[in-house]
Amino acid sequence: MKHFFLGKLTAHDLPHHWYTIGATCFMLVSLLAIAVIVIKTKRWDWLWKEWLTSTDPKKIGTMYMIFAAIMFFRGMLDAGMVWLQQAIAADSQGYLTATHFQEIFTSHGDIMVFFVTMGFFFGLMNWIVPLQIGARDLAFPFMNSLGFWLTVAGGLLINFFFIIGGHFGNTGWLAVAPLSQLEFNPHTGVDYLIWSLQLSGLGSLLAGINFTVTIIKKRAPGMTLMKIPLFVWLSLCGMILIISAFPVLTATTFLLWLDRVMGMHFFTTGSGGNLMMYWNLIWMWGHPEVYILVLPAFGMFAEIVSTFSQKAIFSYVSMVCAAVSITLLSYLVWLHHFFTMGAGANVNSFFGIVTMLIAIPSGVLVFNLILTMFKGNVIFTSPMCYSIGFIVIFTIGGMGGLTLASPPADFQTHNSLFLIAHFHSMIVGVALFGIFAGTTYWFPKIFGFKLDERLGKRAFWLWLIGFFVAFMPLYLLGFAGTPRRIDHYEASTGWQPLYIIALVGFVIIVAGVLTQVQQLFVSIKERKKNLDTTGDPWNGRTLEWLTSSPPPFYNFAVIPSVKSPDAFWEMKKSHQRPEKKYENFEMPKNTGMGIYISIFAFLFGFAIVWQIIWLAIVGLVGSIVCIILRSLDEHTEYELTAEEVEKMEKARVTG
Amino acid sequence: MNVLEEDAKVFGFWVYLMTDLVIFAVLFACYIVLRDNTFGGPSGSDIFQLSTVVAETLILLTSSFTCALGTRSILKAQKVPAIFWFAATCALGLAFLYIEISEFYKLTHEGNSWQRSGFLSSFFTLVGTHGFHISVGLLWMIVAMVRIGLRPLTDSGISQIYRMAFFWHFLDFVWIFIFTVVYGMGLLE
Repeated sequence: MKHFFLGKLTAHDLPHHWYTIGATCFMLVSLLAIAVIVIKTKRWDWLWKEWLTSTDPKKIGTMYMIFAAIMFFRGMLDAGMVWLQQAIAADSQGYLTATHFQEIFTSHGDIMVFFVTMGFFFGLMNWIVPLQIGARDLAFPFMNSLGFWLTVAGGLLINFFFIIGGHFGNTGWLAVAPLSQLEFNPHTGVDYLIWSLQLSGLGSLLAGINFTVTIIKKRAPGMTLMKIPLFVWLSLCGMILIISAFPVLTATTFLLWLDRVMGMHFFTTGSGGNLMMYWNLIWMWGHPEVYILVLPAFGMFAEIVSTFSQKAIFSYVSMVCAAVSITLLSYLVWLHHFFTMGAGANVNSFFGIVTMLIAIPSGVLVFNLILTMFKGNVIFTSPMCYSIGFIVIFTIGGMGGLTLASPPADFQTHNSLFLIAHFHSMIVGVALFGIFAGTTYWFPKIFGFKLDERLGKRAFWLWLIGFFVAFMPLYLLGFAGTPRRIDHYEASTGWQPLYIIALVGFVIIVAGVLTQVQQLFVSIKERKKNLDTTGDPWNGRTLEWLTSSPPPFYNFAVIPSVKSPDAFWEMKKSHQRPEKKYENFEMPKNTGMGIYISIFAFLFGFAIVWQIIWLAIVGLVGSIVCIILRSLDEHTEYELTAEEVEKMEKARVTG
Repeated sequence: MNVLEEDAKVFGFWVYLMTDLVIFAVLFACYIVLRDNTFGGPSGSDIFQLSTVVAETLILLTSSFTCALGTRSILKAQKVPAIFWFAATCALGLAFLYIEISEFYKLTHEGNSWQRSGFLSSFFTLVGTHGFHISVGLLWMIVAMVRIGLRPLTDSGISQIYRMAFFWHFLDFVWIFIFTVVYGMGLLE
């Protein structure tokens, strides 16, 4: 009976460590503070109607960005704790126990990949993809809202172990078997990991389907496939990777859960399981995931470099070909993550060679950016600085990656800090720098004023220097044979000085982040100084700059027709604007259904982690009923007539 | 209702079906890797029965046929035949589920549950996932029948019924592979 009502829950699972009590208090206080502010300012109605239930991609994008930023601080805290431990744990245990240390780097990885990087990218894509293809909204506005809220539910669940449970998985971010099996990880940490990835993975999958269909079906007239702006092209490649790779993650982590809870034998060491199958499956998702994280960033750099070099991108066609070949090749390299499995020389050679092949299209992307700058009239704004920083870091990280692609060399550096340094070069130097550059670049489009340039550049330099100070020592440590994920070591190894330098680098990065926060606040405060009244603050080239900043909720009163990838540039050159012939069109209504379904999905996830059967049934039935109700709703849109649009356009111009 | 948008919905649903197919691909891959790992338990040829599988296959193929007839009636705006054919499809789907569940029940009672070996884990998961999809399809079909019965046929309603029919045929398609890879290859040994 107790098991029916409470599942595996006991009083012992309530917070009782310093960190769980601290985190719980922090979360409750934050929630309370938000509630008080909302009630005091009587903003609840506004919040619910204008934001939470919105189906406008610009608003959902902003919510994605806020969510990702919050998770970024959470992930950064983890990073700091890891570095601090490693800097002091020579000949001692440091301040963390081994298990706690392992839980921290596990949650650092999961949060940074699933919620920060992907969250920021979905945010930027929501902002910009519809504008760049000349669309008024996404193909499935409700699904967009649902995808966002499912991601939030996943993010909530991944942090919920602080409140109930007290343990996260200590398995590394991929929950590799057999360490993630019940016998080695008996508490619910791994279940939290699995089910938060199920929820957010479903959210990402919905977003992936949505953006793919939007880009394929909703482009402005005349925008053929070879006239799509590069950010959209590269995003499309990323989205195709999502729809083909994320189901693998869903299936694999679900099988792991079946092993843990239903006593099955997929990845067990006995009873006919095959644990290396887990490695194969998770990396079949995992390697495409790496490109999901970097491809949209490549697209942003292409847009930014082209705009600020005031020149069309060098060889658009080769950019597209390179992106598509990276997309295809990324499916064929997963085994390079475990050359040491012992698959044999032939298998390893195949995967080694395909991995090296990826360097060719990646090189094409970088050379095209450099050649775009060549003889261009380069304006060194902060997005441009990030782009140049990206080229430097990407080249270093990419060369490191190439050495890892060679199986004999990989046998030496496998699972060492060299690998950590390599992939952080990619995720920080490419993905995060892309996010910062893209956010600065498109911020005026969404909010109507630019970010402060002086502070932006200061933040860039702190990030760049901080990155080198933090990660170059890891390359050296990796060469010295330091394995990854160690919580303490002997001082006689001589590693400690380099670990301390890395910690200094982290402090510089934190200063960079704080400068970015300061930049945001200063920019909001002094927004009158940086107002963008033209809609085209950077002398841009693509369609998003055609409409005003911020754009009306319908993006374009008249859908423009397109003749080249630099559609807006062509219009400016020939002094032509779309004719003001207004038409009736339909816009999606706001809906709270995405939130309701996600609440039920969260309850289901939480219940299944703790095996509380009645709550799981409530969650499942609740979300199914909501989905059915939504599917029966035939009034999900409303019509705007040409007269209304004309009136609104006039009011906007004069007002 | 915008025609272009319905078109996007159909295309989006195809994309979704492909993602579902990837999930099945993973389960098939696991099954193929684990099918010989019987760990002293029974192998496929010990537990599969040709007669049940043939019955399941015929039922499912027939249900796809009746479902197509239902869709045809919807396109001709004939409500009563549509409900009749979808009801027939539901009945066949339920019969299929009944046979599958009794097969699972029998296996677990003989001590050959999913906990017995890697082979049985992957068998139960692959076939069970298909069965779960069939249940989702049944639920969707019941909702569709209620909708046809109570509401006038709108473009968006027809489009949704169309997508439900896609889903049902898709499950048939997956079953063909289960029939071949799981039961066919198992029985031939």
